[in-house]
Amino acid sequence: MRFLTISGPPSSGKTSVILRVIEALQARQKKIGVVKFDCLLTDDDKLYAKKGVLVKKGLSGALCPDHYFVSNIEACVTWGHANHCEYLISESAGLCNRCSPHIKEITAVCVIDNLSGINTPKKIGPMLKSADIVVITKGDIVSQAEREVFASRVKQVNPGAVIMNVNGITGQGAFELTSLFEEASDIETLKGKVLRFSMPSALCSYCLGETRIGEEHQTGNIRKMEI
Amino acid sequence: MTDRTLFHKPLSETLADHPYINDFLDSFGLTIELGEKTLADYLDTLDPDTLEDLGLSEEQLRHSLDEFLSGMMALSDPMEKVESLTIIGGHNKSGEAENLELVLKPGEVICIVGPTGSGKSRLLADIEWVAQGDTPTKRKILINDQVPDSKWRFSTEYKLVAQLSQNMNFVMDLSAEEFIRMHAESRLVTDPEEKVAQILQQANELAGEQFEPDTPVTSLSGGQSRALMIADMAILSKSPIALIDEIENAGIDRKKALDLLVKEEKIILMATHDPILALMGDRRLVIKNGGIDKIIESSEAERKNLLSLEELDNKLLALRNRIRTGDTLETI
Repeated sequence: MRFLTISGPPSSGKTSVILRVIEALQARQKKIGVVKFDCLLTDDDKLYAKKGVLVKKGLSGALCPDHYFVSNIEACVTWGHANHCEYLISESAGLCNRCSPHIKEITAVCVIDNLSGINTPKKIGPMLKSADIVVITKGDIVSQAEREVFASRVKQVNPGAVIMNVNGITGQGAFELTSLFEEASDIETLKGKVLRFSMPSALCSYCLGETRIGEEHQTGNIRKMEI
Repeated sequence: MTDRTLFHKPLSETLADHPYINDFLDSFGLTIELGEKTLADYLDTLDPDTLEDLGLSEEQLRHSLDEFLSGMMALSDPMEKVESLTIIGGHNKSGEAENLELVLKPGEVICIVGPTGSGKSRLLADIEWVAQGDTPTKRKILINDQVPDSKWRFSTEYKLVAQLSQNMNFVMDLSAEEFIRMHAESRLVTDPEEKVAQILQQANELAGEQFEPDTPVTSLSGGQSRALMIADMAILSKSPIALIDEIENAGIDRKKALDLLVKEEKIILMATHDPILALMGDRRLVIKNGGIDKIIESSEAERKNLLSLEELDNKLLALRNRIRTGDTLETI
């Protein structure tokens, strides 16, 4: 089973890109599974189900979404394998920009859009900087020069990645992206695998439900600004 | 491969030769002080905890820096000249063979015509992807009669095709001059100021209405944006192929625009249904049912008609200008 982690800032076009890739993979008669991670609510699982692919949805609710991801992804991979998926795609949004779901030896994709602003590439951490493939979306809305400047900023923070422009609406570039997916990591289980980068840690009173503001309510792993 | 010696030269010298190292470090949230002796010394002093806060590991940073430097060096290498682009036919949506081998040369203008959904985008995508029988049409693309290096597919430095889309909104909050300068810097041109001035001047020659260098790109008119992007593409882009999705007939001298691209020795592919643009082309590829159905060479008779079409067009343009300046059209 080929397994890929796809991540990217909210509303960058992850789901649209994955839907276009699914169409291209289905044209090649492939069986596909998608795991959609989100926080509070998502209807994207219905969009995937409509395409006739296997879907699992995970909502992290009151937990840190990326910690939730990493504690569930192994079981999801086992599920995909047991259901004879030839491709399994995990989709998760990188919400704090410091987290990243990418796993060593597992093909990692980051989706980012041309409209997000020229300084966005440097603001995103390992989710973008350690990805193998960076997909840039919404290129049809901006000029050629702007696309080039944006791509060069992405290149600056992740010079080793393959950078591709994909249009999530028309599907331009999706066929080509799918060709790269055909070379994605082939695995049966995530046993023994490690994350590409540690996740930000927090183990303080607020993690445990504290809501009161004030020095006396803060315990655990706390860091103070210099003021 | 990156030249390792730059890691061991005096830091001030390395940064003067490769100023983009500063930008690279800045985009990782790092700053470099001239106090260090060499770049290698600087990397050795980085504190693992600081790096972790920035979402970085030392290994990843070193690796990225190497990749970045070799990419930058490649950018300043002269680009392999594209003397010809060959499209070897595949098949249409019904599986019928296209039976053609089409050679395109720099300076040629090729128009692509056909209704929506006929397969124009797929043809353009086959070229951009330098297809090798691995796309739904099974077409093959050769560069200089050879199966091209895969760098044309993946590298941002060697983009084969620069695409001028119909939509030309800007989202950056910059003046025309700042915007073009930023683009020039990202392409590492040796004389950015000169190129910027050249592009702005050229754009003003193409545009119907003049604009100042400090005009925000977001307030340029449609014609001015098109003029700016065509001048930018001609002068700054290294891509040997220009892909144009229609040039709307408003606020821009389209003949001059095409001439400019032709002069820069680009292969120009243009999806258009405008009679004047179509006749300005050397050939028209007629796309039907996913395949190239017909190739029409612009004939002598068509070229003659082009002259009368241009007259008509100029007449309309003059009327448009009269409307703009508040004139009436009681006599035309």
